Amino acid sequence: MSAIYLLLTLSIIVAIVFFAAFLLSVKNGQYDDSYTPSVRMLFEDELVTDPDKKLQTPENKSIQIKESQKL
Amino acid sequence: MAKTLCFHCGDDCGNSPIRQEDKHFCCNGCKTVYDIFATNDLSYYYELQSAAGASPKEIAGKYDFLESQPILDKLLEFNDGTLQIINLYIPHIHCSSCIWILENLNKLHPAINSSQVDFPKKTVRISFNKTLAPLKELVVLLSRIGYEPYISLDDMEPKKKGVDRSLLYKLGISGFAFGNVMFLSFPEYFEVGEFWLEQYKGFFRWLMFAFSLPVVFYASQGYFKAAYKGLRAKILNMDVPIALGILVLFLRSTTEIIFDWGAGFFDSLTGLVFFLLLGKFFQQKTYSYLSFERDYKSYFPIAVTKITKNNKEVSVQVYDIKKGDRLLIRNEELIPVDGIVLSGNARIDYSFVTGESDPVHKFSGDKVYAGGKQLHSAIEMEALKSVSQSYLTQLWSNAIFDKDKSTGFENITDSIGKRFTITVLSIAFIATSYWLVMDPSKAINVFTAVLIIACPCAIALAAPFTLGNMLRIFGRKKLYLKDTRAIEELAKIDTAIFDKTGTITAPKKSNICYEGIALTTAEESLLKNTLRSSNHPLSRSLYNLLDAHDIITLDDYEENIGQGLMGTKAQDRIKIGSANYVGYTATNTLETTSVHISTNEVYKGSFLFHNEYRKGIAELFQEMSQTLDISILSGDNAGERARLERLTPKGTPLYFNQKPEDKMEFIQGLQDNRKKVLMLGDGLNDAGALAQSDVGIAISENVNVFSPACDGILDAKNLRYLYQYITASKKAIRIIRLSFMLSLMYNVVGLYFAVTGQLEAVIAAILMPLSSISIVLFTTVATNLLGKKLPS
Repeated sequence: MSAIYLLLTLSIIVAIVFFAAFLLSVKNGQYDDSYTPSVRMLFEDELVTDPDKKLQTPENKSIQIKESQKL
Repeated sequence: MAKTLCFHCGDDCGNSPIRQEDKHFCCNGCKTVYDIFATNDLSYYYELQSAAGASPKEIAGKYDFLESQPILDKLLEFNDGTLQIINLYIPHIHCSSCIWILENLNKLHPAINSSQVDFPKKTVRISFNKTLAPLKELVVLLSRIGYEPYISLDDMEPKKKGVDRSLLYKLGISGFAFGNVMFLSFPEYFEVGEFWLEQYKGFFRWLMFAFSLPVVFYASQGYFKAAYKGLRAKILNMDVPIALGILVLFLRSTTEIIFDWGAGFFDSLTGLVFFLLLGKFFQQKTYSYLSFERDYKSYFPIAVTKITKNNKEVSVQVYDIKKGDRLLIRNEELIPVDGIVLSGNARIDYSFVTGESDPVHKFSGDKVYAGGKQLHSAIEMEALKSVSQSYLTQLWSNAIFDKDKSTGFENITDSIGKRFTITVLSIAFIATSYWLVMDPSKAINVFTAVLIIACPCAIALAAPFTLGNMLRIFGRKKLYLKDTRAIEELAKIDTAIFDKTGTITAPKKSNICYEGIALTTAEESLLKNTLRSSNHPLSRSLYNLLDAHDIITLDDYEENIGQGLMGTKAQDRIKIGSANYVGYTATNTLETTSVHISTNEVYKGSFLFHNEYRKGIAELFQEMSQTLDISILSGDNAGERARLERLTPKGTPLYFNQKPEDKMEFIQGLQDNRKKVLMLGDGLNDAGALAQSDVGIAISENVNVFSPACDGILDAKNLRYLYQYITASKKAIRIIRLSFMLSLMYNVVGLYFAVTGQLEAVIAAILMPLSSISIVLFTTVATNLLGKKLPS
């Protein structure tokens, strides 16, 4: 058994693994929307958590009540 | 005065902005949305993009139909009792703020597990817990933050199964095979004759063979199918020489390696298929957020409120409406069927149907047609017909809507396919017979070589790359075409038909002139102050036109709905309204919208409201009339004839009172005389004409809102440049012709090697990619130059 058979087989197996990964990603719909992920990756967890900034209006209270229902 | 812009939506706040801290809002709705975001730690929304929001609309009762289980079953994508998934179309999605807020919906409501935005399609997919919040609550929440989803009758249709990703697979497979085969055939190119390479030649070749199998049997399937279809229809399209080339390449290469004659042409074979598919992929530019296939179903609501015999309000699916049903149409709701107004103040906007934005007044007993939108308080009506039998929707039963325009269309590549195939085959046979006499051992070699080298890869790439690029360029200039066929057809146009209302006129009637006895200052002041109290759209536009006067308090004010206003101050009394109301009997001004005035029962005159024509429309007509026949088909009466005659070049045919079917038949008549017709329209009433014409382009104020089925959507602001776009299409076709010449030159060079029997794998491997790449470069550069010259 010559080394070249082994090397070629190995290299083709590696190539096929990547190729299969490509096929799988297409199948999972990764290429259906090629724009949104480019924006999404720039978001961090930008929630404003400073409690002073919160506002108190009747409208908000109703939402906060709903939030308090969260378990 | 500096304008105060709303912190939430960016609209002008007017004179009385609502303040909160240091921020201004144009309305309470906007302020509420801001409050919701601020309370829920989501104010980063405003940092991403300033003034990204939309003010929420009144939605009370609008989504009651979402409580009905059969409707829910059809809308939901997934439902396991508690967990539900829905995909909603939200037209307002337009910036990164929108993505951010919609993907953080779970911070707003505990029922929402996760949400994901598809920006190009403007959809958000929400998975939520049904027990914590039903779909209706979710939709109401979205509407309250200004992201009202659009749910129409179209969503009730069975969903299309999956997306067709086969082209991506094929492209991946052929690219993978191409790269690997290139590697494996490298030693062969140099014929080094080194011992170890000689030793493994066979192994290398059979590996290449293995790589080419999926390319021939899967990736190039489309070409074999198209060629077979063409041959069965007795058409020699471009797919025939391509399929022949692929087949011959594969068979000859396989024979060569079986008998150990050579390395075959597996590199050229895989490369050819890869490049061809690349062209197809490039051509496939789609504007996924625009729909070119809309019919009335995308406009119509899923359900309306029906009033049962015992005066209960229930939600009823539009398809289930029967003759005689009593329906409740709320403000901003669409009338789904033809019917009779029973009670209420009906002011109906038929702009969906006709493009005419002026609302029409209807009274109890009057007939109303499906497609109109109620603009005032709720009305009650009785259905006279079912949905599919209504006047407007009947148009869609016409066979023209089932016809696919691309059948019977011969694209530019296929149009030279016949000559090309015949020439190549005759060269192949002549060369073979020559070699049969001279050296029979070479004959079959030459025959296959000709078919291989003549395989029209570069020719097949010229049109997809040119037109694909043009499609993108037009898209940047706000002309969104459905496919490349539209560009080819646009280049052939010799007749252009315009619809009037909404197409060449702007939607607002802002051109007002006064005819009659001049009003005194006192009368004008009275007029202005009377108008101040009225909310009628005509009153509003008239009010804005008049000079400012001091605000005086009227002694008496009366508004007779559907007739007019009356205002009194001291001894003066003014009447504003319809001719009848002010006591004017002559009826010569009936053809245009007008507001009549009388003071103290003496008729003064009238304000005439004219359609305002879009800017530059006269110049456009002038340019187009040089090379094209133009005419105007209007659904309206002939009131605007004189003004239109001034705008259009002399002798332009103008037709008035055209029903949707008339427009369609008119175009059909032109086509029977072998004319190539471009139709420009906007409303649903043009849908038939747009479908019938060779190229139907819908003019739209806002490309995200709805336009009827068409081949392209043009932003109204760029209508002025239509003629330049048509000439650009013609030039694009010329670029394709030039590329054909260029690639034919490559073919001649290749054919020289082929007929003299000297074709080697390395020559084919160089010529094929070289010609393809140079064609792609040429067309890309040429179209980009063309695009630069286009105004936008």
